[in-house]
Amino acid sequence: MEEKIENRLMDARAMELAIERLASKIIEHFPGKELKKMAFLGIQERGTWLSERLYKRVFAQSGNKPLIGTIDTSMYRDDIGLRKNLSRILETSIPFDVNDRNIVLIDDVLSSGRTIRAALDAITDYGRPKTIRLAVLVDRGSREFPIAADFIGMKYVVSEKEKVHVCFKEHDGEDIVYTKNRSEN
Amino acid sequence: MTDMKWTRKDLIGLEDLSADEILFILDTAEEFKKVNERRVKKVPVLRGKTVINFFVEPSTRTRASFELAEQRLSADIVNMSASSSSLSKGETLLDTAKNIEALQVDIIVMRHAASGAHQFLAKNLRCGVINAGDGAHEHPTQGLLDIFTIRQKKKKIKGLNISIIGDILHSRVARSNIYALLKLGANVTIAGPPTLLPKQFEQIGVRVCDNLKDAVENADVVNLLRIQHERQRASYFPSIGEYASVYGINRESIKYVKRDALIMHPGPINRGVELESEFADGDQSVILEQVTNGLAVRMAVLYLVAGCLKTN
Repeated sequence: MEEKIENRLMDARAMELAIERLASKIIEHFPGKELKKMAFLGIQERGTWLSERLYKRVFAQSGNKPLIGTIDTSMYRDDIGLRKNLSRILETSIPFDVNDRNIVLIDDVLSSGRTIRAALDAITDYGRPKTIRLAVLVDRGSREFPIAADFIGMKYVVSEKEKVHVCFKEHDGEDIVYTKNRSEN
Repeated sequence: MTDMKWTRKDLIGLEDLSADEILFILDTAEEFKKVNERRVKKVPVLRGKTVINFFVEPSTRTRASFELAEQRLSADIVNMSASSSSLSKGETLLDTAKNIEALQVDIIVMRHAASGAHQFLAKNLRCGVINAGDGAHEHPTQGLLDIFTIRQKKKKIKGLNISIIGDILHSRVARSNIYALLKLGANVTIAGPPTLLPKQFEQIGVRVCDNLKDAVENADVVNLLRIQHERQRASYFPSIGEYASVYGINRESIKYVKRDALIMHPGPINRGVELESEFADGDQSVILEQVTNGLAVRMAVLYLVAGCLKTN
């Protein structure tokens, strides 16, 4: 069964604009010295790809190169044993001291909020950042935890039955955001 | 990187695993190793899970390593040894295990003299079962930590020449290493006194050597097994002194070992028997790194097993 894209939310152009907009919102949020203390932490796996894009846009717009790292939340999840199998743990790499930093946590899609809860616990095991903010490309609703993003590329209300997929041309060959029924996943 | 997922609730031996599964464990261990290097060396991943360390055969270092691994994962821990268990009162292994399971234990880490005991329990219990050594059969976490250490130092396993020297016959460490290394594409050589060198390993592709020089000359890794004094009573070889001079790494035999070869030992070392002190502590030795890596490997195995338990 050839599975076609069910519902396109963003094409390449829309994605580019959304990322550009996210970058300016982040820069605006951290005036002067605070921008120098900023560090990006991309959540594995697609959040790290978004953070690389944002890094380039923030540099182009502000001349400031944020510190950049990656985080995998597997060891902090709340559903160990509730799944039938385990995916590979991807790399956590935080090559800077998180203490007194302005951390921008970055993920492609914000949904239940559980991954963000896990990421917050993980980060605080590394130290005590000055602030932690959340940037996402897509906020799709369906929240289960009281968590909100500070910087949002685009908001959509998507049915619980659907999953939002974000593709990056560097890794998937194409920039696109679309939804698909979970059962056809 | 493949999309494979881990699906096993037990770790019985490396002979049962595929090359991809072995690599999956090693990759998982890389991330747990980083946890051990952090300021906070603990993660909540096994919070609410209970692990019992059931050592029917005595052990100090493996047990300590497992126990620390469990603590670093936030598990609750119970320790039980043969003398303190009802096995010494005549209870069957399955009854003991069923009683353990009735206490809502999630994982049993077991050392037992009988190979097959782990498989038997794994089949009959809801709990995850991890083999911490079964007689002369397998010691999978030791095999994994050896290979993890080799991969860390040599950046690969495939194509490496790895020589295992000593009492192969009684060694579960040798077996776990041999099975896994062959799957990962290494060239494995074994050597030792003829009475302790099972020839049947040739059939699965191991090179069997009757002298140390041939065995170590092209080796990238020399893994020395402990000579078990308690076995010496059975006269497998003439004397400890003769073993040391014929199969030990000393000032004479080190000349045959490549300068960049790793020297490994699962411990505890008989200094001056398998390995002269100056080489046990020398710059080619990775013995203490093996111990450090063992913790990360055991954390990875506990995590993976815990993730695949059957829910009630």
